[in-house]
Amino acid sequence: MGKISAKTGNEAMAEAMRQINPDVVAAYPITPATEIVQIFAGFKSDGLVDTEFIATESEHSALSACIGSAASGARTMTATASQGLVLMQEMLYIASGLRLPIVIAEVNRALSSPINIHCDHSDTMGARDSGWIQIYSENAQEAYDNLIQAVRIAESALLPVMVTIDGFIISHGMERIEIIPDEEVKGFIGEYRPRYTLLDEERSITMGAIDFTDYFFEHKRQQIEAMKEAKEKIIEVSKEFNSRFKRDYGLFECYRLEDARYALVVLGSTGGTVKVVVDELREDGVKAGLLKVRVFRPFPWQEIKDTLAYIPFIAVMDRSDGLSSLGGPVFQEIRSALYDIDSRPKVINYIYGLGGRDTKLHHIKQVFQDLQGIDRTGRIDGLINYLGVRE
Amino acid sequence: MAVRLKDLAKKPEGLASGHRGCAGCMEPIAVRQILLAIDNPCVVCCTTGCLEVVTTIFPFTAWKVPFIHSAFESAAATISGVETAYKVLKKRGKIKDRGTKFIAIGGDGGTYDIGFQALSGAIERGHDIVYICLDNEAYMNTGIQRSSATPMGAHTTTSPAGKVIPGKREFRKDLTRCIASHNIPYVAQAVPSKWRDLITKVKKAVEVKGPAFINILSPCRLGWGYPPEDTIEIGNEAVETCFWPIYEVEDGKWRLTYKPKEKKPVSEWLKKQGRFKHLFKPGNESILEEIQDHIDQEWERLQRLCS
Repeated sequence: MGKISAKTGNEAMAEAMRQINPDVVAAYPITPATEIVQIFAGFKSDGLVDTEFIATESEHSALSACIGSAASGARTMTATASQGLVLMQEMLYIASGLRLPIVIAEVNRALSSPINIHCDHSDTMGARDSGWIQIYSENAQEAYDNLIQAVRIAESALLPVMVTIDGFIISHGMERIEIIPDEEVKGFIGEYRPRYTLLDEERSITMGAIDFTDYFFEHKRQQIEAMKEAKEKIIEVSKEFNSRFKRDYGLFECYRLEDARYALVVLGSTGGTVKVVVDELREDGVKAGLLKVRVFRPFPWQEIKDTLAYIPFIAVMDRSDGLSSLGGPVFQEIRSALYDIDSRPKVINYIYGLGGRDTKLHHIKQVFQDLQGIDRTGRIDGLINYLGVRE
Repeated sequence: MAVRLKDLAKKPEGLASGHRGCAGCMEPIAVRQILLAIDNPCVVCCTTGCLEVVTTIFPFTAWKVPFIHSAFESAAATISGVETAYKVLKKRGKIKDRGTKFIAIGGDGGTYDIGFQALSGAIERGHDIVYICLDNEAYMNTGIQRSSATPMGAHTTTSPAGKVIPGKREFRKDLTRCIASHNIPYVAQAVPSKWRDLITKVKKAVEVKGPAFINILSPCRLGWGYPPEDTIEIGNEAVETCFWPIYEVEDGKWRLTYKPKEKKPVSEWLKKQGRFKHLFKPGNESILEEIQDHIDQEWERLQRLCS
C-alpha cells in the first residue's frame, strides 16, 4: 500500500514525472497543463529530480527537442494541452514515424475558435491518427498510474504515448490518490536501453532519411504493425502493474455490463458520472451499464465488439465532434467495429460537454431514457444528438 | 589553430561522394569544409531542404557522422534536444564524455524564415551547439521561391520579374546581425571560396562554450542562373563586391576577417546571374543604383562596427 494523499490531476501527473525522473523534459506551458510543467520545474530547482529540463519557446520546439533527445537514447517526456498539442501536430507524426518512445502528459482542452480553456477532447481526437498510443484517464489516480505505465509501454512498443486527463475537471480537481513509493516506481519502469541512438560510439546512424515511392509504404506498414502489436504490450504492462500495485487496468473498463440491455460508451472523467447513474438505474431495475475506453489508440475494436455484441442499445458519448456531419470519432469507430455482427446493436451518438459544458447526472439519465425509448418503439429519432446545448 | 591544406587532405571525409547534389552545388562543398574543421565526434541535424534530400535518399546516406533530420523549422530545437540528452546521459554515467559537438545545418528557408523562432529560442537557452546556415538565397528545394534572404531585385518563382514588377522588391533580412543581437559567444559570416577562413570560423564556433552561429553564402547554380563550374567564383565575388562581407563577432567584438583591396561594383556580380538579368534592361537602372546604395550603406555600417 502506497501513501494516500490529496492531489489534483496535474499534481498527480507531475508526481509521476518526479518518480520517473526522466533524462529530459522539454516543455512549454499552456492552460490547463501549465501546472504540470511548473511543478516539475520546481522539482528540478529543489533537486528532487536530476532531469535536464528545457523550457522551450513553443510547443513545436518542445516536441522537436524531445525528438532530438529521444533519438539520442534519453528517456524523454513533455506535457501539453489543446493549442499546444495542435502546434506539436507536425512533430507528433515525426516522433511516431521515427519510432521514438516519448511520453506526453496531455490535459484535454477545447480548440480555438472560439477560444476556450475548458475541457473537451477535440485536441487529442485531432491527433488520433498521428501514430501515438492514446490512454485516457477517468481521474487523478488513473492519470498517475497511466503515466507510469506509459513509460514502459512506449519503450516496449517503440511508439510514443500520450496519457490524457480532462482539463480542469480532473487537472484542477483535488482527489484522494495512492502514491507508489519512489523505489517501487523506479523498479517498475526499469532502465531504458535504446537499440539505436545518435550517441552510439560504435555505430553512426542516419535518422529521418527521405523515402520515395520505393520504401515509404514498407516503413508505414511496419509502423501500422507496431501499433497493432502495441495492444498486447499494453496488456502485459497493465498486468504487471496490477500484480505489483493491485490496480487493474485493461484496454477498457466494463461497469455492470455483463447483463446490460443499455450501455453508454465514454472516455475520461464522464465515466465517473455515468457509473453513478448506472447504479441508480440498476436500483430501479434498469439494466444499464458502461464501457469506458481507456486505450483509444490502438483501438481495441475486436475486444469492444465482443463485449458490446450482446447489448442491444448503445449510446456512444463523444466529447468532440468531427465536424464531418457523422458525429464524433468514437461513435464512428465503435459503430464500424460492430458492423459485422449479424444482429448488431442499435448505436446512437451523443456529442456532449464541448468547451467544458457541464455534464450532469440528469443529462446521462436522459441518454439512458432515450435508449429505453428506442427499445420501446423500435425507432431511432436522432442518430446524432447534442447533449446539454441550447438549440 | 593554423589551418593547413596538407593536414586537411589527410583527414577522413565526413560526407561521402555519390550524394545527389546538382553539379555545381555549393552545399556539399561547404559541408565537407565544416566537417573537416571538426576534430571531435559530432552529431549533425539538418532542416528539411536540399541538403537533407540529396544526402539521405533511403536506403543510402552520405553522412559518415550520426545524422538526424526532423522537420523544416525544427533543426535548432532538435539539436538542442540532442545536446541536452548528451549532457544528462553523461551526467548519469550512461555514456562517456567524448567531447561530442552538436551541429545544426539549415538553408535560408529553415533558418531565416520558418525556423527563425526555433533558432532564436535555442540560442537564447544557451545550448552548446553550432548552427550553420547554408544561405542560397531562396527556397531552392521546392523550385526557387523567394525567402527573406533573397536579395532585392532577384527573380524567383514567387517574386518573378514580370512586365510591371521587376523581381523581389524588398531588401534581404540581415540575419547574421539579428543573431549577433542575441549576444551569443560566436557569430560569423563565411563563404567556401575562402576555405581557410571558413574552417577557422567553424573551429572557433565548436570550441566556444555555448551557442555559435555561422552564415555561409552557398550559391545555387540553378536558382541563381550561372554555369555550374562558376560556383566558387560567384561566391567569392559576393565578398569582393561587399554584398556578402565575411566577418565574425566574438564575444561581442566585431571583426572583418577579409577586406577586399578594392570594392567591386555590385553590377559586375549581378550581371553574371540569370536571376538579375532583367535589371540590366533599359528602365531598371534605378534599381541597380538602389542595390548599390544599400550595399554601400551596409558596408559602411559594418566597417564602423568592426573598427
